[in-house]
Amino acid sequence: MSARATIIPFRPRPQKPRKLISNGVLGMILFVFVEIMLFAGFISAFVIIKSRAIGSVWPPPNQPRLPFEQTAVNTSALLASGIVLFIAHRLFQRGNKSVGALLALATLLGGAFVALQGVEWLALIQEGLTITSSTYGALFYTIIGAHALHAVAAIAALAWAFVRLTGDRLTKEALSTVALFWYFVVLVWPFLYFQVYL
Amino acid sequence: MVEPAVDLTHGHAHDDHADHGPQGWLKYLWSTDHKVIAMQYLFTGIFMALIGGFMAYVFRMQLAFPGMPVPGFGIVSPGEYNALVTNHGTIMIFWVAMPVLLAAFGNFLIPLMVGADDMVFPKINRLSFQVFFVSTIVILASLVVEGGGFAGAWTAYPPLSADSTYNLTPLGSTLWVIGVGLEFVAFLLGGINFITTLMNSRAPGMRAFDVPIVVWMIVVASILFMLSVGPLLAGAIMLIFDQTIGTGFYNPATGGDPILWQHLFWFFGHPEVYVVLLPAMGVVIEIITTFARKKLFAYRTVIFTIVATGVLSFFVWAHHQFIAGIDPRMANIFTVTTLLISVPIAELCFIYIATLYGGSITLSTPMLWALAFVAEFLIGGVTGIFLGAAGADIYFHDTYFVLAHFHYTFFPIAIIGTFAALTYWFPKMFGKLLDERLGKWHFWLTIIPFNMIFIPLFVLGMGGQHRRIYNYTHFPELAGDGFQSMRIIATLSLLVMLGAQFIFLYNCIKTARSKKKAPRNPWKANSLEWTTESPPPHGNWHPDRMPVVYRGPYEYSVPGREDDYWPQNEPK
Repeated sequence: MSARATIIPFRPRPQKPRKLISNGVLGMILFVFVEIMLFAGFISAFVIIKSRAIGSVWPPPNQPRLPFEQTAVNTSALLASGIVLFIAHRLFQRGNKSVGALLALATLLGGAFVALQGVEWLALIQEGLTITSSTYGALFYTIIGAHALHAVAAIAALAWAFVRLTGDRLTKEALSTVALFWYFVVLVWPFLYFQVYL
Repeated sequence: MVEPAVDLTHGHAHDDHADHGPQGWLKYLWSTDHKVIAMQYLFTGIFMALIGGFMAYVFRMQLAFPGMPVPGFGIVSPGEYNALVTNHGTIMIFWVAMPVLLAAFGNFLIPLMVGADDMVFPKINRLSFQVFFVSTIVILASLVVEGGGFAGAWTAYPPLSADSTYNLTPLGSTLWVIGVGLEFVAFLLGGINFITTLMNSRAPGMRAFDVPIVVWMIVVASILFMLSVGPLLAGAIMLIFDQTIGTGFYNPATGGDPILWQHLFWFFGHPEVYVVLLPAMGVVIEIITTFARKKLFAYRTVIFTIVATGVLSFFVWAHHQFIAGIDPRMANIFTVTTLLISVPIAELCFIYIATLYGGSITLSTPMLWALAFVAEFLIGGVTGIFLGAAGADIYFHDTYFVLAHFHYTFFPIAIIGTFAALTYWFPKMFGKLLDERLGKWHFWLTIIPFNMIFIPLFVLGMGGQHRRIYNYTHFPELAGDGFQSMRIIATLSLLVMLGAQFIFLYNCIKTARSKKKAPRNPWKANSLEWTTESPPPHGNWHPDRMPVVYRGPYEYSVPGREDDYWPQNEPK
């Protein structure tokens, strides 16, 4: 013990430690992990309740079918928005400040996704699928609604970033933080889409 | 360094604002200083502990003297009894253990111990407490609304929790879920701060393995919390929908599944045990090394052990459901993982003992609390092995054996661990030294009654006494003299223990009134928080004299040095 305890490794005068990841991005990564687990919880609830369906018939026979093909349009709007934002993000990281149009396009495509989803919901409610009509409807509105709320919050954040950009006050860290949240909203969607709609 | 300058201007602007904005105590309500937020969490937690303790007093009196009016409460009805036990559990875990150990000490210690001037996101930190404060009001409101507080046990199993025709508390149960959900949001915000601060705000020279263990423990606990809370939030949203809209996620009649809630709840609920355990174990490490004047045995092993504990804690949750109708093959798997997780925790206990071995031990009050933590938690851990084995658990399930077991884990965590931390860091937090003689009276008058409360409950549980029964005299086989006298011993011991807390209160008042100031480093400890004033100023250190780190925090009794301690910031 004494032999080891006497050897204190030589340390030069300490430097300011470098940050691997900036504060905002790290905070957002942690937040996204929580969100992934939230949706994992929802998906596992969906899988369990689906597996308990009477006679293994899913969706329940007396319930309307979800418009899988029509939602593909919404999905492509969302994915396109993610790609556009990715390009804008890359350009901005390299010092190109004129990404306003791309950022606006990404925000509008995201808004289009939410609007199209809203139209789809109205049609489904007309057809008789409501949150209390069955566990099928309840799961659909809870899971897709949770995603829609995240999308609205993320679009608000993108709009905020756009306003900051027009005032030339947007930092790289702020855009990265906002973009990370939008990537999460975009990338979690295919999992929900194929799980819930199919 | 850029950051201190930025934050000091911020603090300055804040003070200016305070001159014509909120005055007096309102200034503290809107502070972004991590130490003020820590105090807010601490005092809210202590206030809630008084409420939780009062609840324990009322229902223990009912159990010992059934049907008699309880002084200060009156006659306890069966519904009130259920609401009391439910909210005692909820409050003690979510509003006492977590805010005090994780949030109060996390907020106070992390920036001070890593040598930062504040948290990385001070405003998010403030928001965290504000959300927590709202959640506190919601849970307290749920106790007094029409129909009374939620009475479906703190685990809130459906259908009892989901359907108000069963639980008869339509408002109370919904407010209960909302309160718990808000509380989780508060700790998410706090957890993001803790992890980011440790990663990005360490003092120059502080490497990963120079960080005091308690900081690592709080951060690992935050990670566990953040990874486990998502599914429960999902479950809570579905539970609220079941309660208010009538969706039927947990109702078999509509194709739902009540066991689903149990999985979502315990997937969070078991890591939650380690969320509160790890900070307490970290506190004990700091105290033991300081008062044994000895280097921590196997620093890196401790880190790897807590990571292993954290990983394993995600694979044990179904041991709460052995009799809920899960597949026996699955029960076998969860028995194995449950018994496995006792290995890293036992390892930590051996590390405590190895650290103490050969040290020059001072039995000060914080050290007594720390040693009591190890001894009492060991009893909790050993009795857990019986419950982790599916075969034994089928008999013990929902008896007082379970109850005594988890009180032997949670009491050391939430009460012993908190008093250890509070008595150890009291001089740093408030700038005064507590009276040692009163502290020792308080310690012994808490520890001895604690064991006298719960050892009889182990015996009662082995005798088959089921939990959640309002009046045992209604059951002839549980109403015998032997059983009833054990219940009375437990209740009387509780009264002694609650009374002993006034010694601590008196000690605090006496200390606050005394003129004697605490020195910077009363315990001659190494970590960075002892290098600043007691209590530390806004910004923790003078911005030009932020600490730099040259070594790990446990260099005690290094041969060849005059002093038996070697602060982290001393170059030579």
